[in-house]
Amino acid sequence: MKKYFQPEIETAPREKILEIQNEKIVRQVKHVWDNVPYYRHLMEKQGVTPDDIKSVDDIKKLPFLSKADLRDSYPYGMLGADLKDCVRIHSTSGTTGKRVVAFYTQHDLDLWSDCTARAIVAAGGSEEDVVQVCYGYGLFTGGSGLHDGAHKVGCLTLPMSSGNTERQIQFMMDLESTILCCTPSYAAYIGEALKEQGFQPEDNKLKAGIFGAEPWTEEMRQEIEKSLGIKAYDIYGLTETSGPGVAYECEEQKGMHINEDHFYAEIIDPDTGEVLPEGSVGELVFTSLDKEAFPLLRYRTRDLCVLNRTPCSCGRTHVRMAKPMGRSDDMLIIRGVNVFPSQIETVLLNEGYTPNYQIVLDRERNTDTFDVYVEVAPDQFSDLMSQIQKMEKSLESALRTMLGISPKVHLVAPKTITRSEGKAVRVIDKRKLH
Amino acid sequence: MAITQLSVFLMNQPGALVDAIKAISDANINIRALSIAEANDFGILRIIVSDSDAVCKLLGDQYLFSRTEVVAAKMGDRSGALYPILVVLNEANINIEYMYAFTGSGPEEAYVVFRVNDVKTAEEVLNANGIATLSDDNLKI
Ligand SMILES: [Zn+2]
Repeated sequence: MKKYFQPEIETAPREKILEIQNEKIVRQVKHVWDNVPYYRHLMEKQGVTPDDIKSVDDIKKLPFLSKADLRDSYPYGMLGADLKDCVRIHSTSGTTGKRVVAFYTQHDLDLWSDCTARAIVAAGGSEEDVVQVCYGYGLFTGGSGLHDGAHKVGCLTLPMSSGNTERQIQFMMDLESTILCCTPSYAAYIGEALKEQGFQPEDNKLKAGIFGAEPWTEEMRQEIEKSLGIKAYDIYGLTETSGPGVAYECEEQKGMHINEDHFYAEIIDPDTGEVLPEGSVGELVFTSLDKEAFPLLRYRTRDLCVLNRTPCSCGRTHVRMAKPMGRSDDMLIIRGVNVFPSQIETVLLNEGYTPNYQIVLDRERNTDTFDVYVEVAPDQFSDLMSQIQKMEKSLESALRTMLGISPKVHLVAPKTITRSEGKAVRVIDKRKLH
Repeated sequence: MAITQLSVFLMNQPGALVDAIKAISDANINIRALSIAEANDFGILRIIVSDSDAVCKLLGDQYLFSRTEVVAAKMGDRSGALYPILVVLNEANINIEYMYAFTGSGPEEAYVVFRVNDVKTAEEVLNANGIATLSDDNLKI
């Protein structure tokens, strides 16, 4: 079985990777300067020209791009290729404002599917495998990203899209899927559904899962691995950078290898924009190295993260990024206290709940209200009201210990927390602060 | 002996109770007794039905529910009938979590349902004191 999809690149010596990057960045900056007036204008304002960029060391001279830039330039402002050469678009969900539309030429799709193919092979995939893709298909990048990668590897690809769990399970069992690709919350949900139908983890033929598109914790990984009887791999990406596959986990499961021949990563101080020394926690910034239709230089992801350049036992030489520890804009400020949804998830799993929860914030008489809705698992249910109220109280106190502030916990029936495209809606903020 | 009570978790929102009851009545199953405990966000519907297995199937994976063993003690439908029953339980140190009552099909026939910490002892002391208790088979009408 192949261990790497493109061994010559994935295990290239560091000098070779640097050489590829240096050569590509010069061309990429020139391409943007010539084709993207929006960014050229930003460069001119900063007094930088393509002549100043001779290697990746010079990237720090370039201006940043933020999500706001992409919204301002909607729809064609960042387009770096003729529309006649573009063959596809994808788009963000637009839940936090105006959508971002990303364009792709055939070249862009090819390099993206190389990235997802590397991820599938790293998870043990080969042409022998049956890959069940239950990320949403359509504007969302998850479905087609993994789909195209699975094709490239030569797997039998099941284009299921998200939802209709009964049908997912039927295909999983009848066609003996071996690799599952979806959001971690949907993987956990499928695990619950299998258990409810009386299946044991060893009854399915799955061996691996490639899960991404939303934050998840180490506890949740263990939960999913146990309930499905698989090894669960993380995958990272953003619509803005192409989609999932910018970075992916190998069998070590200790950080995701960034595809450095296509993307250059920096960690910056989110407040000053300064590039931070190796090993620091900061905001992850990506520069595309060889994209045509939607080339982004120094795009600020808002993900707080750390890079690890120590050699990996899998043989891959590309730098690893840790699981993002939060988003600088995901962080909630509740009654003046910083709260990350991932902290709440950790408490729930420790206390024996499923990670299905929803945070609702509102304001009453100038004070934040903080409510957490949590699904009760069937084996926790009691006919005694006092017992259920005791559970709510003890969860409230565990959350208070972790967060430093007290939420009001509401236990709700299983499967009642809203999911959109298989993605759980974690936070509803009704506060009108602006 | 004892009888089966079904305890159903219901969200405190319009239609939740109606939907649950409709599912049961559509299947022509008789609800012999019913009580609801409610909190702010949710309620627990406690029902005793003529065929609890069938109702479990109906509720299926649509509802969060559990089967609870409870004691149904027969009493006359007249004043003062409940008191001696409570005395018997109290003397046996049986702790009552909650209780409710329903009338039977015969004249002057009523039952009081107890959720207790020790079902077996509760039934033994009641029966030893000449108080009849129901089993699931008695409910099948
Ligand atoms: Zn590795």
